[in-house]
Amino acid sequence: MKRRSIVKYAAVAAAMSLGLTACSGGGGGSDQAKESGIVRVTLANHVWTEGIKAAIPEFEKSSGLKVELTQLGEDQLSDQYNVKLNAGSDEVDVMMYRPLQEGKAFAKNGYLADLTSKVSSDSSWDWKDYQEGPVKATTADGKVVGVPIITEREVLYYRKDLLQAAGLQVPKTMEELEAAAKAIKASSPDTAGFVARTGKSTAVTQFSSFLYSFGGDFIDSSGKASINTDAAKKAYAYYGGLIRNYGPANVSTDMSWPEAMAIFTQGGAAFYTEADSLYKNATDPAKSKVADKVGFAALPAGPAGSKPYNIPSWALGVNQNSSNQDNAWKFIQWATSKERTLAAQKAGVPGPRASVWSNPEGTSTYPKDLADAIAASAKNGVGHDRPEVITVGKAREIVGGPIVASITGADTAAAANEAQTAFQTFLDSEKK
Amino acid sequence: MSVLNPPRSAGTRNASGRKGTGRSFSAWANRHRKWLFAAPAMVFVGVLIVFPLAWTLYLSLTDSQGSVRAATDFIGLKNYLTVLTDMERFWPAVGRTLAFTGVALAFEVVLGMGIALLLWRPFRGEKWVRVAILLPLVATPVAVGMMWRLIFDPNIGFANQLLGAIGIPPQPWLSGQDTALGTTIFMDVWQWTPMVVLILLAGLTSLSDEPDEAARVDGANAFQRFFYITLPLMMPTVIVAILLRGIDALKTFDILYATKGKGGGSFHEVETLNVYAYGLSFDYNQYGLSSAVLILFFMIIIGIMWLLTMRKKAVSK
Repeated sequence: MKRRSIVKYAAVAAAMSLGLTACSGGGGGSDQAKESGIVRVTLANHVWTEGIKAAIPEFEKSSGLKVELTQLGEDQLSDQYNVKLNAGSDEVDVMMYRPLQEGKAFAKNGYLADLTSKVSSDSSWDWKDYQEGPVKATTADGKVVGVPIITEREVLYYRKDLLQAAGLQVPKTMEELEAAAKAIKASSPDTAGFVARTGKSTAVTQFSSFLYSFGGDFIDSSGKASINTDAAKKAYAYYGGLIRNYGPANVSTDMSWPEAMAIFTQGGAAFYTEADSLYKNATDPAKSKVADKVGFAALPAGPAGSKPYNIPSWALGVNQNSSNQDNAWKFIQWATSKERTLAAQKAGVPGPRASVWSNPEGTSTYPKDLADAIAASAKNGVGHDRPEVITVGKAREIVGGPIVASITGADTAAAANEAQTAFQTFLDSEKK
Repeated sequence: MSVLNPPRSAGTRNASGRKGTGRSFSAWANRHRKWLFAAPAMVFVGVLIVFPLAWTLYLSLTDSQGSVRAATDFIGLKNYLTVLTDMERFWPAVGRTLAFTGVALAFEVVLGMGIALLLWRPFRGEKWVRVAILLPLVATPVAVGMMWRLIFDPNIGFANQLLGAIGIPPQPWLSGQDTALGTTIFMDVWQWTPMVVLILLAGLTSLSDEPDEAARVDGANAFQRFFYITLPLMMPTVIVAILLRGIDALKTFDILYATKGKGGGSFHEVETLNVYAYGLSFDYNQYGLSSAVLILFFMIIIGIMWLLTMRKKAVSK
């Protein structure tokens, strides 16, 4: 059994990395794990992980199990899953994964164990307490395959001091946002009016809220590509235009959140739209030069209203091939309990449990304006922040094309039409 | 050796049956020692080179995608046809791979030869200079990529601040569509020129002094001595350096991925074949297509290496 899985592992790793030196193996004895009660947990580098890591000794003490933790960056985590799960490895028990990015592909490939009976087995743990959107995202073909741990909405980060100095109100609509960004850029050319992600693929999730607020979506209700509708074209032009006209000087088209956040926290921009779950980066004095000057507001309303995404960005699942599924579940049950979720949320991780949100303690550590923005966004939020397809990576590249075209000042409408054709072809190919 | 050829006394101490087995094994081992000694290496090559290659070749003929374990259909050369007619990603990636390798290699060899010539004759503080030159070589390529990415950041990077201090406007470096590939080539040159220096310096120190001295007596100047004597004598070493560095440069991945990420940036501005194949595998999960790209890539490398080895044979004669 073991030998076969190693050969398979080698075959997949080799086939996928011929000519590359990107793969690194990690290993532990699989048979040992069954007997000695080790739970192998793979987590992403994330604020949620930091909190849970500190609490693991508590779990080890109460359960008698030993936790072997692997912690990786997002991309490396994806690559590890690609290699290990593809090879049918049993080396991972609990896995932190992104329901909207990998969920469909993992479910289709049968990588995730069915947790339906497990989630309903413990009423005090309370699966019903989970918000509807997150639950939907971790359910595949009627089966629960993951437990959400973090939720996210896009909010507006802004600089209170700059707005005050310019005599501006917090923008409530996209038009006001543009006017405010323009005014600030004009009064102090060194400060950008607006900053956000610019990378073709990385910007897609944050652009999505603009798309919805302009009345568009990536795929329409009949399942057809819809990224060249008037609404979509306007959204592309607006988002790219904000960055092109009022963004930082020499703006690159590779920025993900760490780069964009750095510009904002170094005091380089007045407005920034980003996931609320990253707010600590802006308000922590150790990380941010403008920690005490940051304000939060709900995403400004577009022609179709303020429609930010409201999604579960990460969840915990169990590897279908793990021989340690019961212990894996014990870990998840502990890590997602009401107490732990409350502790995580107080440490700055917006959780998926309704009871924690309705508990005043759950929002006690949040800046008041952020808590209000989150509450508003949760109400009118959209349940996805990227196209809901199997090969999300490819879809993001296609629908992100017009974003960078718009940022660089190319013909946005033409780019949207071109991307529409490519996206429809892509959608058709996935249906086969 | 003693295991294969036990001393006679050891054999006689054994029971008669085992003695016979021991002797026949040792005789067999003696007859086949050529294979026996090579066996570990052969297993190594088989497991790490032949098997993955064969598996990749097999995958490239199937429509494997999503999961390697999912059912796949054998589709013959269709993937190759798709790849070879792909003007959007594949051929530009081929161009970039060759441009990256060619330009980086040219700089590295010329610079490397210059530095090696400077270090050739002993001078004071030679040791320190050598250590300083070797430093980039020992750094991890990913770390090198991250470091330069910070230095070349358009807004907070050191490079633009330095330029600003002397009155030059900020440059886009890595973020520019036209400048990104050049910037990564610069990083590669920065990191790998020392290796070329090492190889060429080893070649230079092994040259005999006599032809050079004879030319000096005949009144040849430094340029003439370099171009007519040192360089021709150094050609085999230069080609070895090109060969070693060339293979490495062709499959450069770390620096590109660390600086521009998946797809080689938003416009695929630094997407080489390696980065492209990586994206196909890990981002798009199109294993069949990715394998076809890798097999073609493999053939390109073999072809270039074959040409270079031919050239080396010619100059060695």
